[in-house]
Amino acid sequence: MLLGLTLLLGFQLLGEVIARLFGLPLPGPVIGLALLFATLIAFGRVPTGLRTAAEGLLRHLALLLIPAGVGILLHLPRLQEDAVAIAAALVVSTAVALAVTAALFQWRWLRRDRGTPPGDDRG
Amino acid sequence: MAEEFQDIWAFLAESPLLGLTATLVAFLIGQTLWRRLGNAPLAHPVLIATALLIPFLLLTGTDYDTYFEGAQFIHFLLGPATVALAVPLFDQLPRIRALLLPITVSVVAGSLAAALSAVWVGAALGASRETLLSLAPKSVTSPIAMGIAERLGGLPSLTAGLVLITGALGCLMAPLVFRLLRIRDEAARGLALGLSAHGFGTVQAFSTSAAAGAFAGLGLGLAGLVTAFLLPVVLPWLASVGG
Repeated sequence: MLLGLTLLLGFQLLGEVIARLFGLPLPGPVIGLALLFATLIAFGRVPTGLRTAAEGLLRHLALLLIPAGVGILLHLPRLQEDAVAIAAALVVSTAVALAVTAALFQWRWLRRDRGTPPGDDRG
Repeated sequence: MAEEFQDIWAFLAESPLLGLTATLVAFLIGQTLWRRLGNAPLAHPVLIATALLIPFLLLTGTDYDTYFEGAQFIHFLLGPATVALAVPLFDQLPRIRALLLPITVSVVAGSLAAALSAVWVGAALGASRETLLSLAPKSVTSPIAMGIAERLGGLPSLTAGLVLITGALGCLMAPLVFRLLRIRDEAARGLALGLSAHGFGTVQAFSTSAAAGAFAGLGLGLAGLVTAFLLPVVLPWLASVGG
């Protein structure tokens, strides 16, 4: 568990260092995520301690979002000002994202290489 | 008595303990209500907790910085939690390998569609530059979305709020969109839910089937990575629109 947490923080630290060293426009933790993913692929399995720490954190991910969510308090005037634009942007883009992803993934042509697609789309 | 109470409040209001405890209590209340309401997306614990905490801070006259001194201990864990997403993503590796082409095409196209359509619609309706930059990563899971917003020059806490609303919206709109487009494939539904409504969508997908849930987790993780890598490249090119 402690080893797992150290690994997670270590990869985050590595990500932050790389982001700054190369001036990348990426969040440090995302680089850490990509590096850990690559390391796990190379290593072939997830060490038990790492799994315990990762799953423990992710089980409470919702809790971790609250302090930032409350920060919307600071942006209430902006929210009011741009309310229509924000609402329209959220509704339209959510529908578009759902439609594009699901339709493309269900498209048979893309799955030609692997025979029959999973799922129940009528044969 | 009243004086004593004031002294105690003066201590509590300045101490990180209050912000920290209030956050945990609000979350526990949110979780309990959410379960009672059958895990409805609009009653998500984070939405309830936020809706409880904001009036609490306003009524007690606590400013956000003071609250955050306590809440930062929770907030800090978002970083390692983001890195931890590599573990469930690794668990999905056999699926990724088996369906590499359709997954890559749908996730890249879906992620770009989510971000660009939000920015375009927002810009067309006259939203400010910071709002647009905060809108761009809103489909992505909060820890990654906030990191992206910060790097782009948006407002991470505005993004955090928009991400939560998007999650609830995605769950509400998905059944309609799937019916209109005749999407019957469980995997396609799951992937789309995870990509466009992150953790909210993943919970909803798991409630239909384990397969849909697994693909939702995959959509959530890959969309986060793809968006983080592509947005900084694509967005400056969009600046002419967002100007």
